Amino acid sequence: MSIAVAKTYKLYVGGAFPRSESGRTYQVTDAGGSFMANAVQASRKDARDAVVAARKGFGSWSKATPYNRGQVIYRIAEMLQSRQPEFVELLITSRGVDRSEAAAETEAAIDRLVHYAGWTDKLTAVFGSANPVSAPYFNYSAPEPTGVVAIIAPTDAPLLGLVSVIAPVITGGNACVVIAAEADPCVAITFGEVLATSDMPAGVVNILTGSATEIAPHLAAHADVNAMDLTGADDELARQLEVAAAGTVKRVHRPKGRPDFRAAPGTIRLRSFLEIKTVWHPTGAPSLAGGSSY
Amino acid sequence: MSPSTESGSIDWEYAPAPESEAIGRVKDRYLPFIDGKFIEGGGDDLVTINPGRGEPLSTVSTVDEADLDTAVRAARRAYEGPWSKLSGAERGKYLFRIARGIAERSRELAVLESLDNGKPIKETRDFDVPTAAQHFFYHAGWADKLGHLGYGPDPRPLGVAGQVIPWNFPLLMAAWKIGPALAAGNTVVIKPAETTPLSALVLAEIIADADLPPGVVNVVTGAGDIGAALVGHPGLDKVAFTGSTAVGKQIQQTLAGTGRKLTLELGGKGANIVFADAAIDQAVEGIVNGIFFNSGQVCCAGSRLLVQEPIAEELITRLIERTETLRVGDPLDKNTDVGAINSRAQWNKITELTQAGIDEGAQVWRSSCPLPDKGFFVSPTIFTGATQTMRIAREEIFGPVLSVITFRTPEEALAKANNSPYGLSAGVWTEKGSRAMAMAARLQAGVIWDNTWNKFDPASPFGGYQESGFGREGGPAGLAAYLDTDDEAVIK
Amino acid sequence: MPETAIKAAGSPFGDVVADETRLRRFLDGLPGVDPVALEQRAASLATRSIKKQSKLTAIDLAISMVDLTTLEGADTPGKVRNLVRKGLLPDPDRPDTPSVAAVCIYPDLVPVAAQALAGSDNTTGRKINIASVATAFPSGRAASEVKIADVRSAVQAGADEIDMVIDRGAFLAGRYGKIYDEIVAIKEAAGPARLKVILETGELATYDNVRKASWLALLAGGDFIKTSTGKVSPAATLPVTHVMLQAVRDWKRLTGEQRAVKPAGGIRTAKDAIRYLVAVREVAGPEWLDPYWFRFGASSLLNDLIMQRRTQLEGHYWGGDYVTVD
Repeated sequence: MSIAVAKTYKLYVGGAFPRSESGRTYQVTDAGGSFMANAVQASRKDARDAVVAARKGFGSWSKATPYNRGQVIYRIAEMLQSRQPEFVELLITSRGVDRSEAAAETEAAIDRLVHYAGWTDKLTAVFGSANPVSAPYFNYSAPEPTGVVAIIAPTDAPLLGLVSVIAPVITGGNACVVIAAEADPCVAITFGEVLATSDMPAGVVNILTGSATEIAPHLAAHADVNAMDLTGADDELARQLEVAAAGTVKRVHRPKGRPDFRAAPGTIRLRSFLEIKTVWHPTGAPSLAGGSSY
Repeated sequence: MSPSTESGSIDWEYAPAPESEAIGRVKDRYLPFIDGKFIEGGGDDLVTINPGRGEPLSTVSTVDEADLDTAVRAARRAYEGPWSKLSGAERGKYLFRIARGIAERSRELAVLESLDNGKPIKETRDFDVPTAAQHFFYHAGWADKLGHLGYGPDPRPLGVAGQVIPWNFPLLMAAWKIGPALAAGNTVVIKPAETTPLSALVLAEIIADADLPPGVVNVVTGAGDIGAALVGHPGLDKVAFTGSTAVGKQIQQTLAGTGRKLTLELGGKGANIVFADAAIDQAVEGIVNGIFFNSGQVCCAGSRLLVQEPIAEELITRLIERTETLRVGDPLDKNTDVGAINSRAQWNKITELTQAGIDEGAQVWRSSCPLPDKGFFVSPTIFTGATQTMRIAREEIFGPVLSVITFRTPEEALAKANNSPYGLSAGVWTEKGSRAMAMAARLQAGVIWDNTWNKFDPASPFGGYQESGFGREGGPAGLAAYLDTDDEAVIK
Repeated sequence: MPETAIKAAGSPFGDVVADETRLRRFLDGLPGVDPVALEQRAASLATRSIKKQSKLTAIDLAISMVDLTTLEGADTPGKVRNLVRKGLLPDPDRPDTPSVAAVCIYPDLVPVAAQALAGSDNTTGRKINIASVATAFPSGRAASEVKIADVRSAVQAGADEIDMVIDRGAFLAGRYGKIYDEIVAIKEAAGPARLKVILETGELATYDNVRKASWLALLAGGDFIKTSTGKVSPAATLPVTHVMLQAVRDWKRLTGEQRAVKPAGGIRTAKDAIRYLVAVREVAGPEWLDPYWFRFGASSLLNDLIMQRRTQLEGHYWGGDYVTVD
């Protein structure tokens, strides 16, 4: 029998897997209580670096065509599919769920990505409008990504939950800094590996592992973070973060209850991180023969 | 024939053309409107000033916190009772009635608004009042068509909305708030600004005459403390605020952890970008409109002019000549272009920031138009040689003061325009269509005006990026703010 | 080179007119006009409220700026004689009513007008000018020599002012040099008479073209730029006049020379006329508020001005039977 090479789980930031600048780690146990791995305990400086990476990633991601973004998200689904057995094992080990449950969760995660891949080039048609103003202007409204979103991943469903909060954010063209559920860093970072092999520009998704209570407040107060998704935060933390977010008028999404990620997703997560931009452009008669527009 | 004199000019001054003040039917005292009745409030009376003369105009009974409770309870009763039992079509018919009511009393409202706010009668008559009527008309038509918005066949309202509006467009802001809220099926407690309460209270009369069920709309009066009490009230499901960024942040903080929905429409420092290939005469008009309309007291004012260097000198020459022709004076004179500043406090703020601009080294030009000796008036002011670091280029002045900055390339214009925590409005002047579209795509603002400025329409969503707020007003996006659109399944 | 061309050559625009290519580049390089914003400004200025003394002043000024016009195939000497009398004394019951600026007629009727005006200075104490259309008005479609002969004959017969038309076909084909040369030649043929250059804005079709044609006429030495012949719709409008007022204002700023503007056709009421005067004052400047620098090409306008004048002075409204019809 050969000695297995143990895996180190690091952060996923800027398309790479760095350790924490603080050097800290914490121990992760499996469902049975045994030692599973050392995961990185992210610091606020890691969060700061992640925001920088996200802002950079947002620059290229938001300039990509919607079609291109859809293709990339579809590729994430392809990569996840190809590693499905690995994720099934990981879920069984870390959570103790049975095989069919783990399989169902990974399939649902793959399908979730496929669903969002198909949204990227439809957002403007569905959420935008040509507006019939009563003045000689062509006027339209179209959704644009808000920028950098800080996400607190849910503690239920380590893979499906993670995918369900990340996908709608990047579908709209945003970049994100995700604080993974503290108990499931292995699933989160392995998903980071999937992202890293999916043609997604560096920095579009950044995954931090560690304590949301410690890290999230710095993101909530960070002036270069445009929005927050508080799905994984408990009531007290969520309230504290909302207060901090008010300092820079961040857009804040709090689910109305405990999300059922198995159900078909609605559109609230897409819309919460989109800005409606309205443009007025003069039109009117093509010549004097048409008379005055006013 | 030869010219009459060497300079050839006949002296043709416009005679005063005052609109009659009596048409405004200003009363000595106004009462808040709660649960379908005009009642004595429990607070102290406030005096509202006519800024055009700096003199008292009328008195208003204000509410206390007990009255606020009464109003919110009335709105709740109305929401759970008659209002939610009406079909969308029937709700719409009430809104159509209100639109008609405004149109019928439009001249009275225009005069009243000019007297209370200080803005020129030309603006209230031609813009504020007709647009307010249009907002009600537009939203009336949505009330039975909410299923077409994309939130399911029968989206539900949020419940009781608390709304606080500013003094710069008092009646219009009331229309922007009440129209969509009611169309979506909510009921409302709304507080007009303490310096401009009157038109909202006349709107309450129109609403009462339209027979709206009691409690559907409640108009409460008072100052900042009542506003704070209203937005923090636990009986609300939704809060909508238009005003300064500083207060908006406080409100967002107050609502943290409550689950109550919030939309904010806050300040701005709009960048008006003029390229060398602009239609220069119209660009000058657009700049003038952008910063001197409503004396610059507009959240989306074009308060920064970014002009491409090759035409900067010529543009500024024409701009100064044109600005000199603006008539500043009695708001009730039909030929007045620029009226009064709304209050002594705002006048002080403008004066202070203008002085800061001078101290920081920008070159100041002021119109030589004579100002009335009473009332709060500021001359149209243009600062040239402004740079990004100056307060006049960063802070919202909310007055008729323009800061001019130059740029060389489109990228530089974008960098400067976007270099602000605000993001409400921006404008581009160019004859080149592709450039207009390219700039519109890259400007970080919720409203982009190509070859124009200050255009509004109930069908057109309005709102900001970043610290200019979140949520939109107008259009289908604006209705979303008053509906429960959270369509995520939850585990019971 | 004709004197006006030399003048232009000495001006800041000397090389611009050196050849057709340079002229076209200059005109095509002028700033564009945004039609929506322009029309909005024109409509907004039209809401100025002109009352009481300022209204009376405006009415009298407008009357003194009218080029009282008849340009019909059916015009007769009798019609022209009536027109002259009307122009001299528009409201005989109120002899303090100003005269018009000029009568505007076809060239073959200039002798009739000249005779009708002979001695009017002594008998009425008033004088009005004779403006004649020429250059194959209204179409302008004739050989250059014919158009020039048309001008000479009108001036010889006694015309003080010539209202010429530009060759719109040449303009729309981009042949700005041909138009420039023609205006210069016609200006020379007009001698002492002031030259009004009709752009026929309705056929030029866009505001950008109106701006270009205005500059072309100013470069070539036109004393007036005029909107229309009155035979094509749309004729004068407030926005088109705004563009032309802006052109003379820019010309004055750049060369020091003041030139004049005449909107013609479709201006029927005193209310319209006052709106034009507001535009003159606020777009060009008060220096243009003088019949030397601004005219109205109109016919029925005069009667409405007279009626409004009476209303202002006497406090009640009037009917058509109280003003003369010619």
